[in-house]
Amino acid sequence: MERDDIGAKLGMWVFIFTEILLFGGLFLVYAVMRHRYAADFHQASLQLNTFIGALNTVVLLISSMTVAMSITAVQKKDKRMATILLCITLLCAVIFLIDKYFEWGHKISILLYPGSDLMQSLKHGYILFFSLYFFMTGLHMLHLVIGAVILIVALVKIRMGLITDEHYVLLENGGLYWHLVDLIWIFLFPLLYLVT
Amino acid sequence: MLTEAKHITPYSLYAKVLVGLLVLTTFTILVPWLNLTAFTVLIALLLASTKAGIVMTYFMHLKLENSLLKILVIMVLLIYVSVILLTFSDYVFR
Repeated sequence: MERDDIGAKLGMWVFIFTEILLFGGLFLVYAVMRHRYAADFHQASLQLNTFIGALNTVVLLISSMTVAMSITAVQKKDKRMATILLCITLLCAVIFLIDKYFEWGHKISILLYPGSDLMQSLKHGYILFFSLYFFMTGLHMLHLVIGAVILIVALVKIRMGLITDEHYVLLENGGLYWHLVDLIWIFLFPLLYLVT
Repeated sequence: MLTEAKHITPYSLYAKVLVGLLVLTTFTILVPWLNLTAFTVLIALLLASTKAGIVMTYFMHLKLENSLLKILVIMVLLIYVSVILLTFSDYVFR
C-alpha cells in the first residue's frame, strides 16, 4: 500500500483546526462573560492557585520540547534517546495530572464544584467562572490523557521497530497533538489564573 | 517527504526554544504584579500569542512545512479572530 505521509500530516492539522475552534468557542464564551461580570471573575480567579498553574505551564513546555526532540532522535536512529525523551514526556503528563488532582481535590473538598449547594448559592459571575474553569481545564485534561495514550502507542512502536527513521509519521502526528495540548494551556493559564 | 531531503532539527534549537518560552512564561506571571490594569489582559494575550506562535513555528515544524499548510493555519486564525471581533462589536455597541 502506498504511503502518504504528507496527507497523513495534513489530516492531522485539519483535525487540530477543529480542536482550535472547539476551544476557541469556549474562550469566546469566557471572554464575553468576563466582559459582563468583570468584578465577579476577578474575585473568583483569586481562588485559583497561581503556583500550581505556573508549575503545570513549565511541565507542559518541557514535555513539548522532549516530544519534539524525540522526533530528532528517531531521525538519527537513536532508539534509546527517543525512549528516554518520550518517557520524560509521559512523566511530565503524570506530574500535570497529579497537580490537577490536588488542585481539583482542594476545590471539591471545600464544596466548590458544579452543581454543589455552595456553588448555587454564589453570585452569577462566580458560578460562570468556576463552571468554565472546571469545563475548560477538564476538557484540556481529557486531551492530555488522549495525547499521552497516543505517545505510549508511539513509544511501543518505536521499541518494536515499527516507527523508524524512514517512517515516523505517527510519532509526528502524536507530537502535533501533544503540542496542541500545550498551546491550549498557554492561553488557559494566563486567562484563568492570572488576569485579574 | 520521501523525495525531499530529510530535515533534522538539532536538539540545541529545541532547547533554545524552551528557554525562550520559559522567559516569556516568567513575564506572563510577572505582568499582573505591575498593576497596569487596563493593559494587563492585552499584554497577557500578546505574550500568550507570541508563545503559541513560537510553539507552532518550531515545535510543530510549521517553519519547515509547505505553503499550503501555512496558508491554512493563517486562514483558520483569521476566521477565529473575525468571530471574536464580530461577537465583541455586537456586545460593545449593543
